[in-house]
Amino acid sequence: MSTETYGAAFAVRWMDGVAAAVEREAGRLTDLDAAIGDADHGANLKRGFAAVAEALAKEPPATPGAVLVTAGGLLIATVGGASGPLYGTLLRRAGKALGEAGEVSRAELADALAAGVAAVGRLGGAVPGDKTMLDALTPAVEALRESFAAARSAAEAGALATVPLRARKGRASYLGERSVGHRDPGATSSVLLFAALEEAAAG
Amino acid sequence: MSGGRVGIVLVSHSAAVADAVAELARGLAGGGDLAPVAAAGGLPDGGLGTSSGLIAAAAEAVDAGAGVALLVDLGSAVLTVKALLAEGDELPAGARLVDAPFVEGAVAALVTASAGGDLDAVAAAASEAYGYRKV
Repeated sequence: MSTETYGAAFAVRWMDGVAAAVEREAGRLTDLDAAIGDADHGANLKRGFAAVAEALAKEPPATPGAVLVTAGGLLIATVGGASGPLYGTLLRRAGKALGEAGEVSRAELADALAAGVAAVGRLGGAVPGDKTMLDALTPAVEALRESFAAARSAAEAGALATVPLRARKGRASYLGERSVGHRDPGATSSVLLFAALEEAAAG
Repeated sequence: MSGGRVGIVLVSHSAAVADAVAELARGLAGGGDLAPVAAAGGLPDGGLGTSSGLIAAAAEAVDAGAGVALLVDLGSAVLTVKALLAEGDELPAGARLVDAPFVEGAVAALVTASAGGDLDAVAAAASEAYGYRKV
């Protein structure tokens, strides 16, 4: 299993899976965002990933890297909230890191996503512990070196661990102590990304 | 054509805010021949948010070859422009995110660009607006 490789069809399956998960969970994401943000996270991501799924169905790119670059660009263009440039940068940078390869290994995917997560950190200026999507993304890409299942578990644990944190980035940071006790919406949607990745890898 | 003046793009979550700040900057910049300034506010459907398409169109509209200064309000406006500059090819060469207060920076940027200042001068003038304390 460790020598298994993943191609463009896998990447499209991943993005379709995220689109379906976001569609299913949009209400929950928006409710979480209503508590400490501006109540648009679910609707924004739903719009963005629906555009991604539609574009990939119409004209599927030939490599997994190209799938992620296309998806990232569309998220930046269509989401309309901060999650657009953040997830867009994650996927676009990861896609560029994968280059022209037609098939990639899980280790290569983990390296590419780690580069994407680093770019997200530079873009938003956040670090783990700030109660952002990085609290789920950072442990998830680390654990992806072990397995897809470990990556999903690490994302879930990271998202759950945002509950007692005080937000230090974004609109939630204006709430100060009142942001404590709420689960971060961005970390929660990051779990959907890694759950869909595990499902896509299973075939 | 490097003889053109620096163009200015005002990015806000709200179309009304971006349009009004552009109008305010034009009004306060004085008469005469002003540098180009374009508003990129809200989403294409009129809602609140940030549209990379509107930003790219505005930047293209004001680009005369001397650079484009982008001023932004907050949150996704900042992140979208930074993401486009870092990874994308949607913005013209010479586009720069300027670190400045939105309203005061817009006025300072337009005055400086209209006087023929280069992109460094426009960015510096807009950033200096942070130094003006009100109390």
